[in-house]
Amino acid sequence: MATISAEPTRRDFLYIATGAVGAVGAAAVAVPLISQMNPDASTIAAGAPVEVEIGAIAEGQVIKVFWRGKPIFINHRTKKEIEEAKNVNLASLPDPQPDSARVKAGKEQWQVLVGICTHLGCIPLSHQGQYDGYFCPCHGSVYDTSGRIRSGPAPSNLPVPPYEFLSDTKIRIG
Amino acid sequence: MSGHSTYQPQSAFMKWMERRLPIAGLVYSSFVAYPTPRNLNYWWTFGGILSFLLGAQIITGIVLVMHYTPHADHAFNSVEHIMRDVNYGWLIRYLHSNGASMFFVAVYIHMFRGMYYGSYKEPREVLWILGVILYLLMMATGFLGYTLPWGQMSFWGATVITNFFSAIPIVGESVVTWLWGGYAVGNPTLQRFFSLHYLLPFVIAGVVVLHVWALHVVGQNNPTGVEPKTEKDTVAFTPYATVKDGFMMVCFCVVLAWFVFYMPNYLGHADNYIPANPAVTPQHIVPEWYYLPFYAILRAIPNKLMGVIALFGSIGILAFLPWLDTSKVRSANYRPLYRQFFWIFVAVCLGLGWLGGKPAEGGYVVAARILTFYYFAHFFIILPVLGWVEKTKPLPNSISESILASTKARG
Repeated sequence: MATISAEPTRRDFLYIATGAVGAVGAAAVAVPLISQMNPDASTIAAGAPVEVEIGAIAEGQVIKVFWRGKPIFINHRTKKEIEEAKNVNLASLPDPQPDSARVKAGKEQWQVLVGICTHLGCIPLSHQGQYDGYFCPCHGSVYDTSGRIRSGPAPSNLPVPPYEFLSDTKIRIG
Repeated sequence: MSGHSTYQPQSAFMKWMERRLPIAGLVYSSFVAYPTPRNLNYWWTFGGILSFLLGAQIITGIVLVMHYTPHADHAFNSVEHIMRDVNYGWLIRYLHSNGASMFFVAVYIHMFRGMYYGSYKEPREVLWILGVILYLLMMATGFLGYTLPWGQMSFWGATVITNFFSAIPIVGESVVTWLWGGYAVGNPTLQRFFSLHYLLPFVIAGVVVLHVWALHVVGQNNPTGVEPKTEKDTVAFTPYATVKDGFMMVCFCVVLAWFVFYMPNYLGHADNYIPANPAVTPQHIVPEWYYLPFYAILRAIPNKLMGVIALFGSIGILAFLPWLDTSKVRSANYRPLYRQFFWIFVAVCLGLGWLGGKPAEGGYVVAARILTFYYFAHFFIILPVLGWVEKTKPLPNSISESILASTKARG
């Protein structure tokens, strides 16, 4: 604004005040338009925790359930699989984590993992790969019996979702 | 406005851009430096308001489609999902439905302004006809959108309107079946109505571009009806018209917000909150308020085909207005006799609208027939005759002269 006078004029004030109120108005309009794309109440309700009966899962068997649209592996691990998961030099792991941090105390045979490869999102195959853990056929990521990444392009271990034991035969995921 | 823009790019980037795609120059000459008659009153702000509302409807509409399901089995529930589950869904839905009503409020004011000030007269005939086309597109878009919630009024309104075409001799029934995509209004109908409702606003946007182009070529009319003669008669569009338009947009938004937040269902019909039932027609079937005058005209004619012709004719006749009005004087400010007939015409339109909402019985039918006759008489008889016999007031020599005269009169 070219001011011939040194003092700001009434018009300057009006322009700035209108612009400021307009900016607040624009933000007020933007908030609902952007917020509506976030998960709605029905989607959030559908993402509530799920309860799963695990009494019927045989040793060595892996089942798949869904929570929040994601596949969850529930693996009833054999003694051999548990041993191999523990006997590991942590320093050699791409994403070091002890097996004890990935299971509940006293319930090591129960493995609950989010079954989505941490590379680009495919579902890994169980009881496959060099460690007889999980193997992702999309780009060749290899996970061990603890679900930890060992080789391949995936950057991190298969995530453990929040879960708790409601009884010896029932867990709640989420 | 012809010739190159007077825009002078300052920065190196803008100079580079202007040489390749002079869009900044176009915007500058159309909406910044554009010479605007200096005596425009607030009735001239509704074109800007309409453009704003078109943008608002498109934005809220696109957002609604992110959550709506255009299938007969799911449409009603998806709208309730929007109202109850989607974050701010209730707000966006009410903005869209009440925005549509406000769109028609603005377009009727805009059209009545044109009729009062003779904005349809030479050389603005094409501008006016483009406006009639826009109005027809708006009516189609509004009708299609109203069917989408798939409530009782949606379904039965669709049935009634599509049945208009069965009045066409010989091919009528085939046309209706073709529109329906079936043997009655059903899912195929809803899905295609959804597609067309999404399409038409962009057709409207395209015709708006033509409408504004036609306007800028001939220049705006003004309350005196006397064309600008010198630079003293005009001011730059920005800041004068820009701020005047912006102010009225804000005032208009207050009215819209009043409906959205305090009475969001007042202009609608409660029956549309009942899921569509093909076995039961609502007792009191009415279209939305903005179609009521034409609904009254339709029902006033006892013959099916003639009623439909009268309905479409009552809108189509607007296109011939530049030739039906024989007066050489544009503005009703200088046509004392026409001015009275104009306000009678407005009252007749409001009366027809009121009658459209009443049941088609007894005195209401008689009144509707009288007003329908008067509606057409206004165009076919009153306007042509007035132009020949009316004694008009003397026009000012120029716009600035008219302003100076009025300020002198006020002292």
